[in-house]
Amino acid sequence: MTRPELLDPTSERQPAARRRVSRPASLEGLTVGLLDISKPRGDVFLDRLEELLSARGVEVLRFRKPTFTKPAPIDLRREISVRCDAVVEALAD
Amino acid sequence: MDPSNGYVAFVKAECPTCRLVEPVLAQLRRAGLPLTVCTQDDPSFPAGLEAVDDTDLGRSYEAGVEIVPTLLHVRDGAVVEALQGWDRAAWERATGVAGLGAGLPEHRAGCGSRTLDPGMPELLAARFGGETLRARRLELGVLEDEFEAMFERGWTDGLPVVPPTRQRVLRMLEGTRRHPGEVVAVVPPDLVECTLEKVAINAVMAGCRPEYLPVVLTALEAACTGEFNVHGLLATTWASGPVVIVNGPVAARIGMNSGGNALGQGNRANATIGRALQLVVRNVGGGRPGGVDRATHGNPGKYTFCFAEDERGSPWEPLAVERGVAVGTSAVTLFAGSGVQPLVDQQSRTPESLAGTLAACLQVVAHPKLALAWDAVLVVSPEHARVFREAGWSRSRLREELDGLLLRPGSEMVRGAGGIAEGMPQGMAAAPIPKFRPGGLLIVHAGGTAGMFSAIIGGWASGEVGSQPVTREVRE
Repeated sequence: MTRPELLDPTSERQPAARRRVSRPASLEGLTVGLLDISKPRGDVFLDRLEELLSARGVEVLRFRKPTFTKPAPIDLRREISVRCDAVVEALAD
Repeated sequence: MDPSNGYVAFVKAECPTCRLVEPVLAQLRRAGLPLTVCTQDDPSFPAGLEAVDDTDLGRSYEAGVEIVPTLLHVRDGAVVEALQGWDRAAWERATGVAGLGAGLPEHRAGCGSRTLDPGMPELLAARFGGETLRARRLELGVLEDEFEAMFERGWTDGLPVVPPTRQRVLRMLEGTRRHPGEVVAVVPPDLVECTLEKVAINAVMAGCRPEYLPVVLTALEAACTGEFNVHGLLATTWASGPVVIVNGPVAARIGMNSGGNALGQGNRANATIGRALQLVVRNVGGGRPGGVDRATHGNPGKYTFCFAEDERGSPWEPLAVERGVAVGTSAVTLFAGSGVQPLVDQQSRTPESLAGTLAACLQVVAHPKLALAWDAVLVVSPEHARVFREAGWSRSRLREELDGLLLRPGSEMVRGAGGIAEGMPQGMAAAPIPKFRPGGLLIVHAGGTAGMFSAIIGGWASGEVGSQPVTREVRE
């Protein structure tokens, strides 16, 4: 599959590759998303994580992929990016 | 085979003349001629000659083939002769082989090369052409949706844009004879030198056709003048943006709308020319809402606001001609406009009465008690224009009437008058105050043939402290 190539319409003052958001120094006042990828017992791990985060006053939102075999649907990724400041993706088995 | 000496034939199976010369090519090969055959469509054609597969047209493009069959005679890497179509005498002379194509007609014209199929020149230029384009290329991820990617990079006005591929941009550049590297304008707010190529990229994204490009370029040039001051227009908290009014033959040639719904949606040229200007300011100039654009409300015209004057149906000379452009010359007038305020008068049958309505409605631009600081465009519809035409009123006669009606006693206009704190400074109470500065009211003719309505496009801070309308001739 070829990668689509576009010509940059901007002044090119920003780097072409977008930078990652830097890690937060603290979780204070932030919303953390917990993404269950639908592997067995991932929820056990995330339930415990939610307990620990909530006990520290961190707001937690839970998300779940329909299946671990496929990338998260674009709408779900979008929702997480809009509603959360950080995300933890559980890889359990 | 030594490619720098010998013969190269370009053919396609679809061409009857190429099929006609198929035995001739075989005959040349049998005669020991150093002949390479490049086939543009079917690699199995011509049969038995082991033709070079040129279905990607790279060789044909490089050789500049326009007709098939083309027979090139190459010596020391240079083409010394190029024969198009079939001509026995010419082929025999060029190849030195006698008795070619027994039984064939003396000559037969060829067919068009596939390199010239509609859309193909731009595709091939993008694929094989030299580096005429200078813009940075961005490779998207394999799984990245290109439309989403453009939203995420902040390139759009909130509506989807057309992906600016090299092929589309090269096609767009066909719309002008000017060089892609030419600096068209220094675009605020970042004061970036904007090349014609960058304008073409944004015009592609806006949805323009190549023939619109000269109008977009002219609009950008006009917008980026000191008089027009698109920087201030962008930065203001007022609800304004550039309004593009097109005059002259280019409007009809590119299919612009000056009639029904001229200020509305639905016409590609109107919609995309105004949008391209806004996208250049956004992407090249860096002007974005929440950044330098500090508008309190904005207005829908900030997506796009562009229309043509209806010159044929107008009782008056075109706006651009009134503003000094020669008759029959295409031109663009930029106006710093806010939204559209339609007005109705279905009763007036005399020019005096109708002018009274127009003046009363113009008085309220920005605020009824504020004057001289806002320009306006009065868009007179055909049904209203008819009243003036039948009375023999020229545009200057109408303007004179409006000027008189829009001269209000200073005592009614100053702060506090009428119980309204807003108004002109107290020191202006003694003398009449005109609503518009000299040259601050533009009058154009546009709209559908039904409707005794006209429309007012209010302005922004006018004159030297803000923006002045700018008219520029369109260069092709």
